[in-house]
Amino acid sequence: MQDEPTPIELTKAVADFLRNDITPLISGHQAFKLRVAINILDLVTRQLTQEEGSNAREVERLRGLLGIDGSVTELNRALAERIAKGEADLTTPGLAEHLWATTMDKLAVDQPNYASYKRELGRGG
Amino acid sequence: MIEAELSRSAQRWCKGATGATSAAKLSGGASQETWRFDIVHPDGVIGAILRRSPKGYGAAPTRAAGLAAEAQLMQLAFEAGVPSPRVMHVLVPEDDLGTGFIMQRVEGETIARKILRDEQYAAARPILARQIGGILAGLHRLPRDKLPELRIRGATQEISEFDRDYRSLNWPKPVFELALRWLRDHDPGPSAETTLVHGDFRNGNLIIGADGVRAVLDWELAHLGDPMEDLGWVCVNSWRFGEIDKPVGGFGSREELFAGYEAAGRKVDPERVKFWEVMGTLRWGIMCGGMMQRFREGPDHSMERAMIGRRASETEIDLLRLLAPRGS
Repeated sequence: MQDEPTPIELTKAVADFLRNDITPLISGHQAFKLRVAINILDLVTRQLTQEEGSNAREVERLRGLLGIDGSVTELNRALAERIAKGEADLTTPGLAEHLWATTMDKLAVDQPNYASYKRELGRGG
Repeated sequence: MIEAELSRSAQRWCKGATGATSAAKLSGGASQETWRFDIVHPDGVIGAILRRSPKGYGAAPTRAAGLAAEAQLMQLAFEAGVPSPRVMHVLVPEDDLGTGFIMQRVEGETIARKILRDEQYAAARPILARQIGGILAGLHRLPRDKLPELRIRGATQEISEFDRDYRSLNWPKPVFELALRWLRDHDPGPSAETTLVHGDFRNGNLIIGADGVRAVLDWELAHLGDPMEDLGWVCVNSWRFGEIDKPVGGFGSREELFAGYEAAGRKVDPERVKFWEVMGTLRWGIMCGGMMQRFREGPDHSMERAMIGRRASETEIDLLRLLAPRGS
């Protein structure tokens, strides 16, 4: 077992330092790049916080849909292949719900301010 | 320093010019650059833009029309009254600037978020969707026999190209698979007429002032194909920058776009426009994947590229909203 503080606590500390202490000192193109860097750290922090739970739920749904077991990557590959072959589509029970749930979990990490995501979140999940 | 070459060049083709100053690089990767500069002239400074492939970068990427074609198209558009910068000079070897062209600088804003939010564009915003319809109609009416040589791309061919691009990423995405399947099932086939297609007509590639659209930029993806492609691409959610209820670049409605297009004497096929909107959404998603791949494998290990790679999921939610909308 690795020691503490956790990666989540560490990335958050670096992001906060850059945001609060360094941002006021930087201007121009470097300021833009600093904002990108802070956004990356924030994204990583969100992923570290949420990934375990969302992957577990995704694997659970994929097992149900596909009737096979595997890692989240393997199961996604299998689902992609089934859709490509025409063996699964939007009429497949549970598929649309699965894709919606998975995509919402991704946006929660990648881009929680994306307008489409916020609209769909407002629909109750 | 590029100013010395620009200065010598301007003196050759711009009567009375005494030199060039204030050169600044605006954007560009290794193979294509955009510079702004001023031509010094006794009658007053002339604002100019250079678009070029530097020396040693002759070959254009496969989808690009090439800078020579771009210059020719902008000039044709300008002459036909489509808002476009005037092309002042096409580079020749004596310019020692690589290949490309110099055009007159059009003042205005290209940053989409500013156009959608700043007070100074408040009067322009309500007219833009309709105006864009008129501009696209003008663009689609440019005479075929005057166009430079361009690749021809229809719906069927585009689907298989995107399919291939997507598979080359080795990036299994069930939502993209679903979109590819939908596109195949809804392929409208060859369009009744083949016209010039701008190929990247969207919020961000338009210079806008308080009075509306002043210039259409970035003709590098121009090709011959289905004119409805441009109408679909301008509606892709990625170019609405948060104004998701205003499909046309965050400015206005499809109805206004279509009305502007039809008022200029051309016919809209809304089914085809929808097809191209789905295609465009997937296209941007695959482009995000391409950024991810280039970040990982290419020499440009930039944070910006990495983060664009993470924007593919935005197109996934937009594809789901188009293809599997949830009950409201």
